[in-house]
Amino acid sequence: MLLKYSPTCLLVGALLASTCQLHAQTETDAIMMNRTQFCAGFLYNHSSWNEYWEGTRKRNNLNLGTVTNQSVMFMANYGITDNLNVMVGAPYVWTNASAGTLKGMKGVQDLSLNVKWRGLNYAINKKSKLALYAIGGFSTPLQNYVIDYLPLSVGLGSTNFTGRLMVDYKYNRWFATLWGAYTYRNNIKLDRADYYDTEGHNGNEVRMPDQSTFQLRAGYRGKYLIAEATLTRLHTIGGFDITRNNMPFPSNQMNSSVAGAGFKYTLKQHTNLSFLGSFGYTFRGLDVNGNYFLDSRNVGKSTSFSGGIFYAIYTKKSARKTANNNTNQP
Amino acid sequence: MKKISKQHLIAACLGAWLFSGCSKDIYDRTASLPALIPAVADGNAGEWKPYLLATNEDVAVAAPIATNNPDYIAQINEIKAAQADYTPEEKSRVDYWSAGAVLRWNEIMRELVAKRNLPPYQNDDGTYPLPNANNPLAYPIFPFANPPYAARAYAYVAAAQYDALVAAYHYKAVYNRKAPYAVDSTLRVMIPKNALPSYPSEDAVVAGAAVEMLKLLFPADQDYINQRAQEHMQARILSGANVRSDLEAGQALGRAVAQKFAARARTDRAGASAGNAASWQALVDVTLARGEVPWYSFELPVRPPMLPAFGKVKSFLIDSMGVIALRPGPPPLVESEKMKQETMEVYDFVKNPTRERIRIVHFWADGVGTYTPPGHWNAIAADDFIKQNISEVRWARNLALLNMAMFDAAIVCWDTKFFYFNPRPTQLNPSIKTLTGIPNFPAYISGHSTFSGAAATILGHLSPANAQKYKDMANEASMSRVYGGIHYRSDCEVGLETGIKLAAYAVNKAKTDGAE
Repeated sequence: MLLKYSPTCLLVGALLASTCQLHAQTETDAIMMNRTQFCAGFLYNHSSWNEYWEGTRKRNNLNLGTVTNQSVMFMANYGITDNLNVMVGAPYVWTNASAGTLKGMKGVQDLSLNVKWRGLNYAINKKSKLALYAIGGFSTPLQNYVIDYLPLSVGLGSTNFTGRLMVDYKYNRWFATLWGAYTYRNNIKLDRADYYDTEGHNGNEVRMPDQSTFQLRAGYRGKYLIAEATLTRLHTIGGFDITRNNMPFPSNQMNSSVAGAGFKYTLKQHTNLSFLGSFGYTFRGLDVNGNYFLDSRNVGKSTSFSGGIFYAIYTKKSARKTANNNTNQP
Repeated sequence: MKKISKQHLIAACLGAWLFSGCSKDIYDRTASLPALIPAVADGNAGEWKPYLLATNEDVAVAAPIATNNPDYIAQINEIKAAQADYTPEEKSRVDYWSAGAVLRWNEIMRELVAKRNLPPYQNDDGTYPLPNANNPLAYPIFPFANPPYAARAYAYVAAAQYDALVAAYHYKAVYNRKAPYAVDSTLRVMIPKNALPSYPSEDAVVAGAAVEMLKLLFPADQDYINQRAQEHMQARILSGANVRSDLEAGQALGRAVAQKFAARARTDRAGASAGNAASWQALVDVTLARGEVPWYSFELPVRPPMLPAFGKVKSFLIDSMGVIALRPGPPPLVESEKMKQETMEVYDFVKNPTRERIRIVHFWADGVGTYTPPGHWNAIAADDFIKQNISEVRWARNLALLNMAMFDAAIVCWDTKFFYFNPRPTQLNPSIKTLTGIPNFPAYISGHSTFSGAAATILGHLSPANAQKYKDMANEASMSRVYGGIHYRSDCEVGLETGIKLAAYAVNKAKTDGAE
């Protein structure tokens, strides 16, 4: 299985929520499992920040200190056909604030399910290849965890549906992948009776604004090693800014821009086993006019890293191919 | 790509529909209420006793013009002109306001409190700026509508609306000018008709009193408040419920009554309740001199305590001696075995909280950015009053009794807090992490418990069928503070008792105001 850090994982902690929806990994990369191949593993993620954007204002909070969000995610991927993969994942999340008195939370977060289809796999010439993918994703909380306790809640509690389109270009062992996704987020319900966002509401149901995500990833994709750089942009379509010195709220407009790098290495002598690691940094990019063309708001200015180990099982049906395709060739 | 994204979205929505529907409309329990049709008209409310006004004629209301006066006929024509050409939005405002003027203004109040319930951010030197009523729009915006401030605001607005309505019902009976639809039977009416004389308009009285009071209490939001009042009055014209002179007389009456309340509010000592550096230090010194451990703030940078002199604010139901008489005896000594046990109990609750207890903590937390515990009790009361179909004047009276009780509960509670200046559990055991923010004032007695004891008692009197329900809610609200790790059991039990004792004064008032 070819696991890459997912952009949404990089956002764990990039989100002030400290809790992005951790998706199974491979819905964001241009790598497929062959038919009947099965792969599963665990990914650990650590994300922390001591500054965040309250709307557009960057600040710290001495009553939180450094907010840390950690998770261990189980993931599995199965090749139904060479061009159709199905993936599941579920993380256990725990949060902590280094200062102040607020107690961290812990618990199983959302189950995610993704179906990835490679619609086109076209060899332009001997050296270059173009592939197109469509991925459908679904995620939903596995338990009734506390939502309304940002930035220390385990997740945002919404059931989500994501549609994603991806294009991958490969020249020799160098590649570039671009994808865009739209996430529809269902309403959520809070533990409190009523709430105020930008107006008063008599009820605890919150409309969650949808999100769009774009990612560019590029680098080297060899037989045993993948090394790449990523740029991920999450935009919440609607939502509102945290007001001055207020608490964050699940339907804030959480936007983030994350630069990252990652690798995956498959053992030559034991190709069932692979390791991966990644790093991500949330930032805000200024253009020449002083506007933020890469926005981050209502999220933590987080630094994250992750590491994982995965084990692949090549069954007889796919064994014929494994000699050559046990690694990173799409 | 966009096009395909849309298809994905449609597919996603189909899936979403299986779960909870593609619509993102959110449920709001008062968004589409039916029009208020009082079960009892309370036409004699002009004889009820006002709470601040000496009599129901403290504010004079001039006699209205006769209904055959050409000016009056012009006002009927204004209604007809409005009805000839209106937008769906204007019609929806008629429906919105017809659910009840006191209800809607109470909701607006809760909204304003939630919006302004934000502690000021610190200065660069680690001190905190204070909101300034004379410069309300400069940061930090005035007010910081914390629980004591909110309790006072709810009480003034509700009591002013009640007194103004008593006067209005009095003048309705005196002048007995019929409603426009009773004068002109061809007039279209968009709300349920009633037999009440329409001059002065009870809706306008409620709005006028609110606008005038809120000018003082939420000065930064005047534009919004005026806009809502204007929409309210326009809805009354469009609906055919009132002619303009009904509204103008009502607004003038509401404003004039509210000005009397505002004059009281300006001298009720709330303005000095924040104290100063010397008074904050004195609290520490006095506690040390008593041989006890003084409270300290858990906020960083260290924030001065919230309104330490609020216990000296002039209350509605009792006098300052009454406040002291209600002050409970001391909390368990910090070094006592009982205090150790209570601290250990808090620790045990927060160590491994159950999901249900966290729900209770957060349901009742009513912290930063919310309408506060008094606001929560207003919401609870309003939900029941809606079901009871009570008249506008009874709405105002019930909310006035509730909110005066909670305002005075805040005063007694704050007096007690700053008399004993007792530490929070986390101060005695730093390993106690909390499930909600630690409020920035001493522990004993619990504000939530005092508010809730008072609220449940007066509401139980007003609606005996619900008394047990309110009591259970108050107990849960009270214990939520222990579950959350921010109060000892003593704070909560004594807080509840104190709130209940205080509410006896509100119950007495209810028994003698002529409405029962």
